[in-house]
Amino acid sequence: MVAAAAREIRDGELVFVGMRLPMIAFALAKRTHAPRATGLFENGIIRETPAPALLYTMGDPPNVCKATFCGDMISVMSLLQQGRVNVGFLGAAEVDRFGNLNTTWGRRDGQPVRLPGSGGACDIACLAQRTVVILAHDPQRLVARVGHITSPGNGNGRGWRRAQGLPALSGPSAIITTMGVLRFGEDGEAYLASIHPGIRVEEVLGNTGWALRVAGDLTLTPEPSEGELAVIREIDPNRFWTKT
Amino acid sequence: MTAAAPSKLASMRQAIGEHVPSGSSVLIGAALEQMIPFSAGHEIIRQGRRDLTLVGPISDMLFDQMIGAGCVSRVMAAWVGNASAGVGYCFRRAVEHAIPNAIETVDYTNFTMAMALHAAALGVPFLPTYAALGSDLVKSNANLVEFASPVNEDRLIAARALRPDAAIVAVQRADTFGNSHLWGNLGVAIDGARASRKVIVVAEEIVAPEVIASDPNRTLIPGLFVTAVVHEPWGGHPSPVQGYYGRDHAFFAEYHEQSRKEEDFQGWLENWVLKVPSRADYLKRLGDSRTAGLRVREHAFSAPADFGF
Repeated sequence: MVAAAAREIRDGELVFVGMRLPMIAFALAKRTHAPRATGLFENGIIRETPAPALLYTMGDPPNVCKATFCGDMISVMSLLQQGRVNVGFLGAAEVDRFGNLNTTWGRRDGQPVRLPGSGGACDIACLAQRTVVILAHDPQRLVARVGHITSPGNGNGRGWRRAQGLPALSGPSAIITTMGVLRFGEDGEAYLASIHPGIRVEEVLGNTGWALRVAGDLTLTPEPSEGELAVIREIDPNRFWTKT
Repeated sequence: MTAAAPSKLASMRQAIGEHVPSGSSVLIGAALEQMIPFSAGHEIIRQGRRDLTLVGPISDMLFDQMIGAGCVSRVMAAWVGNASAGVGYCFRRAVEHAIPNAIETVDYTNFTMAMALHAAALGVPFLPTYAALGSDLVKSNANLVEFASPVNEDRLIAARALRPDAAIVAVQRADTFGNSHLWGNLGVAIDGARASRKVIVVAEEIVAPEVIASDPNRTLIPGLFVTAVVHEPWGGHPSPVQGYYGRDHAFFAEYHEQSRKEEDFQGWLENWVLKVPSRADYLKRLGDSRTAGLRVREHAFSAPADFGF
């Protein structure tokens, strides 16, 4: 999942990194195929170099030390609003068939569960050129329709984002799960584009909360290379973020 | 300026006692996961404040503690939880089950919160943004209002200016007038201080005015905004203060476990807040070996800047 996420970053891009696994994915991309990618953090950090130690949060001192820029939130998040940010990474409790994210209200055993909220996720989902979502693949998380749109994807389909006033060059690009990679069709709906090694298509469909379409040219997600695995182990030696 | 500026030094007890009454709105934890003034939050809890409105983009654990302690009736934030461990259990209990009391949540995004504080800092009633268009947040937050741009065809969100009664901001060093040097990631600390009616600065070090004047670009909060200055070394623990100490990740994980159940949280609160009269006592409880392990291991000083003429 981390390796697949890292491959969404192209060299030279401005990347809104976010929390948790994307921090590892960004560090991996920097050390492999995208050494000139720039990391943006909503707390006010811009980094050209990977942080010199494992990050538990974006505000950890190693992320500040030898950063390119440290300042306030608006200095960095305004890059999103200018349309300059190529890709942003997000986690979510729930994502639906149109890539809308919910991190505000979940459900457990039929009862509403209050989740932490947007943070910067809604801002990134609204304004980054491409949004990549990372989450575990189960039917409680990949749902037909989110109960609450914290961070907008394609709303109810093609044309919805523009109707809301969101930028033309913005929106969901991929959903990377523990089973595969989903991408979005012209109609704004997600389809299965690639499947991770060892996973069957039926498993993916059985663990998705809607009738997921499968690409005619479904591919196999490339295994992480030895080099990628070595870098992940170096970045997260005690597997705090990369347990699974 | 010829006469020496008056000192605003106060103890944490005095500063909270005087400037953070029950019922006020308080911006705290403005630098996101860095430099969260936990010691100020704990003093607010000890002084039994009630009916507070907490304001901040991301609260890494401190909001959760203040909610669990019953100080809070409203939260205006983008994210409430424990950044490295997960959800905030006290926040969940309050919202879902009114334990220890019901709270109102006013959900923001980080950028709309930053714009709301920036508007107040600029002295205008709102600022426009494209962020949050299409989000259900806008339906429930009356301070985010969709409008048509007066200069083109765009639709925008007006983030209404947010002017907290008090901002409590952790800084690395300040003089006794409140002129503050801070560095590292700043989040909304600067706008937050400028936006608020009162500002309490919590400083790791108190320095001479000459130290501040040696590097005026780093005086990100001028003393003219500051109401009180509290000298409180380790005031941010378990959050990090760049150049002073690192983040105590284990403390966040321990709190996560110990706040999962309401009765366990009460034990945690007794142990780390209610029975700990001051930050000095807190540090004793923490122990020398734990603080030693968090100290800066490898210093990284900036190159000096020449302000000569």
